[in-house]
Amino acid sequence: MHNAIELKNIVKRFGKVVANDGINLEINYGEILCLLGENGSGKTTLMNMLSGIYQPDEGEILKKGEQISIRSPRDAYSYGIGMIHQHYHLVDVFTAAQNIILGLEKEKMDIAAVNDKVLEICNKYGFDIDPKKKVYDMSVSQKQTIEIVKQLYRGAEILILDEPTAVLTPQETDKLFKVLRNMKKDGKAIILITHKLAEVMDVSDKVAILRKGKYVGTVNTNETNPQGLTDMMVGHAVSLNIDRPVYENPTDKLVVKDLTVIDSDGIARLDHVTFTAKTGEILGVAGIAGSGQKELLESITGLQHVSEGTIQFINPDGKGIELVGKTPIQISKIGVGMGFVPEDRLGMGLVGSMGMTYNMMLRSWKNGKGIFFKKKEPEEQANKVWKNLEVVTPSIDFPVRKMSGGNIQKVLVGREIASRPPVLLTAYAVRGLDINTSYAIYNLLTREKMNGSAVMYVGEELDVLLELCDRILVLCGGKVSGIVDARNTTKEEIGFMMTTVGGLKGGNS
Amino acid sequence: MKEVKTPLIRLAKRADIDKRKAWAIRIGSILVALILGMIPILMAGENPFVSYMIIIQGSLGKAGYIRQTVKRAIPLLGVALAIAPCFKMRFWNIGAEGQITMGAIFASFIAIKLGPSGLPLVVMAILMCIAGALGGAFWGFVPGFFKARYNTNETLFTLMMNYIAIGIVRYLQGGPWEGRPGTQIIPMFTSNARLPNVLGVYCGWIIVLVMVVIVHIYMNYTKQGFEVAVIGDSENTARYAGMNVGWIMMRTMLFSGAICGVVGWMLVSGANGTLNSDVAGGVGFTAITVAWLSQLNSFAMIAIAMLLAIIGKGSATLQTRLNIPASVADIISGTLLFCMLACEFFINYKLIFRHKKEAEV
Repeated sequence: MHNAIELKNIVKRFGKVVANDGINLEINYGEILCLLGENGSGKTTLMNMLSGIYQPDEGEILKKGEQISIRSPRDAYSYGIGMIHQHYHLVDVFTAAQNIILGLEKEKMDIAAVNDKVLEICNKYGFDIDPKKKVYDMSVSQKQTIEIVKQLYRGAEILILDEPTAVLTPQETDKLFKVLRNMKKDGKAIILITHKLAEVMDVSDKVAILRKGKYVGTVNTNETNPQGLTDMMVGHAVSLNIDRPVYENPTDKLVVKDLTVIDSDGIARLDHVTFTAKTGEILGVAGIAGSGQKELLESITGLQHVSEGTIQFINPDGKGIELVGKTPIQISKIGVGMGFVPEDRLGMGLVGSMGMTYNMMLRSWKNGKGIFFKKKEPEEQANKVWKNLEVVTPSIDFPVRKMSGGNIQKVLVGREIASRPPVLLTAYAVRGLDINTSYAIYNLLTREKMNGSAVMYVGEELDVLLELCDRILVLCGGKVSGIVDARNTTKEEIGFMMTTVGGLKGGNS
Repeated sequence: MKEVKTPLIRLAKRADIDKRKAWAIRIGSILVALILGMIPILMAGENPFVSYMIIIQGSLGKAGYIRQTVKRAIPLLGVALAIAPCFKMRFWNIGAEGQITMGAIFASFIAIKLGPSGLPLVVMAILMCIAGALGGAFWGFVPGFFKARYNTNETLFTLMMNYIAIGIVRYLQGGPWEGRPGTQIIPMFTSNARLPNVLGVYCGWIIVLVMVVIVHIYMNYTKQGFEVAVIGDSENTARYAGMNVGWIMMRTMLFSGAICGVVGWMLVSGANGTLNSDVAGGVGFTAITVAWLSQLNSFAMIAIAMLLAIIGKGSATLQTRLNIPASVADIISGTLLFCMLACEFFINYKLIFRHKKEAEV
């Protein structure tokens, strides 16, 4: 018997970057396969090739043993392949049934018949939706259900779900898995992308693991355990030789207690997060993307609405200042210096159409009396950053949008450390940068740390976190999975904590 | 492997373009627009070159014509200046029409109520100017407030506000402010409510030139102008930098509306001498063209406003001399806008045609 889908030696390049490098994958009907890998390991790229969004540069895709070529999402439909993306593509003002038949040309617009057919599918697999309900009245999990039913309605027999549980509550996840098992019994082939090891162990038959675009292997779920999977996922530690001096007599700088953030969908993005950041320390924050890192940093800077908890900034005299409930301007007015390097450099940290000078001014534009801004100081600062950080740009008035990624980041980091803030928060500070620029950034952060700043480093590469940071806070689904000493831990331990709340030892330390 | 199809034409972003090349493209686009503008003239059966000459003559040929042309350019320039901060902020204020009208109503209120009392001209002018600014600011603030608070669509909101303002004038014309019963006309203002002429054109031209400088300084050297520019690029960055985005939106709309209101005052007090429902007469929309073509640069707006006024005034002459409707002016300025916007596209992107060799691979 042939496999439902077989991928042979798939290669996909984006310019110089090899996103998928010789991937092999097999899945049978009546089987659930989990695709496991860190961020940027190439999972979504691979699945996008199955759903017709990208075409592979090399390699073959076989369905039931026959080679096929999927050139568009429409092709994918015709081969019975349906993908449920992380972000839903639904029309808010349409009903569930209207969304389900959207784009089906041959379908007769007999909405009553469609409603019946949708209900039939729902009953068969145990979904719970009202086909006549409008999408804007629905919860996130109901929207997801529509996306799945949409694929089934179109006759999909191979379903790909990209991190479906990321937005669901535990109860909703259980419900989803029940449905997935029903679909499996019905002979569907299901590919599930997830980071949560407990879910992998719970629902899958096989696990395929990718690491940095390469295929590591496929194992049967009943022949492995979470630790074994983590080891395959993170690989062996690589030595980077990042300089890590020790700062004498660190003191508490930022005391965070029970910090909770609930988003507009009612999902807890941060769930009673408690930790302390100290002077002269780089506190790493590890976690799968979307585990609450963004919300954590934005809460501290006053950009995020906090539902519960306290954030105390400790003055040198030992007194604490409460930051929760204050706007960024209020925080800076009471004299709390904070540097923040956000993840989205051009969308949040910088103004792309302006040059370095005006971007430096983003931090100081309010200074001075009167209606006119002062350009002299930011200009000097821009010249300093230009020279000291070796930013490659024709002039300090050259729009930063047109600079390379590394130079953009230097401008941003340069501005944020210029005022010597006692607290420096960075999110993915070296993402997309080459090795040399990355080391330049590491050195800058370490210099700030040795100057007595409390530095928080949200990162994605565990090797870097292990060598750059003093302690590492591990987030998993908005909860603190644990805080470990970076000098005495292993990549495997952190990898495990990222995918399992509580980690090996359990509890917050 | 099946061949991967590359499209016939691909777009690639230009890293940078030297200034001379950029200006060559811009001037080329004006030429293309003029050539395209010949089509409707040819269709009307006239010689396009002769027609273009008449347009120039009819707008700049005599001192009197020049005065007429400048008179057309004044409100265009003033309103373009008004909406520039909004557009810089990416707040699509297409309600200048209504804000002008509202300013005109408020200014007219002063003229009608206080004019007959015989206050001196200077006092009247100041009072009417303030009233006009208040009226325009009020009309601009409403959509700004709802956008900031409830994120309503400012394009539709400002557009609809236009019709309300015009409706109010119609009501005043036929009701409380009507002159001789049944005429539907508001009588001419008393002379102390009329702006004097300087060099043959009402002194509004001096006021708009002063405003050019003010808006230029506001946009380029003030904290508020900086805030507006940052929001226009990225609202998130503005919040990150601690800016109160909602308030800045409302404040900018107050500012923009106030300038529109001042233009409204100048129109009733200078150009027309009274209020009628056609007081804005499409200026609020044409000014969008002016602002956009000059890339929100205040000084460039002077040239563009004059250019459009020349085409407008010249086409009116064209209609009387040849058998060509004056609406040809709209076609030419429309083509001009289209070509110049398209040329910005070619300045930012270049086209790459598929090579035959590539296609065979």
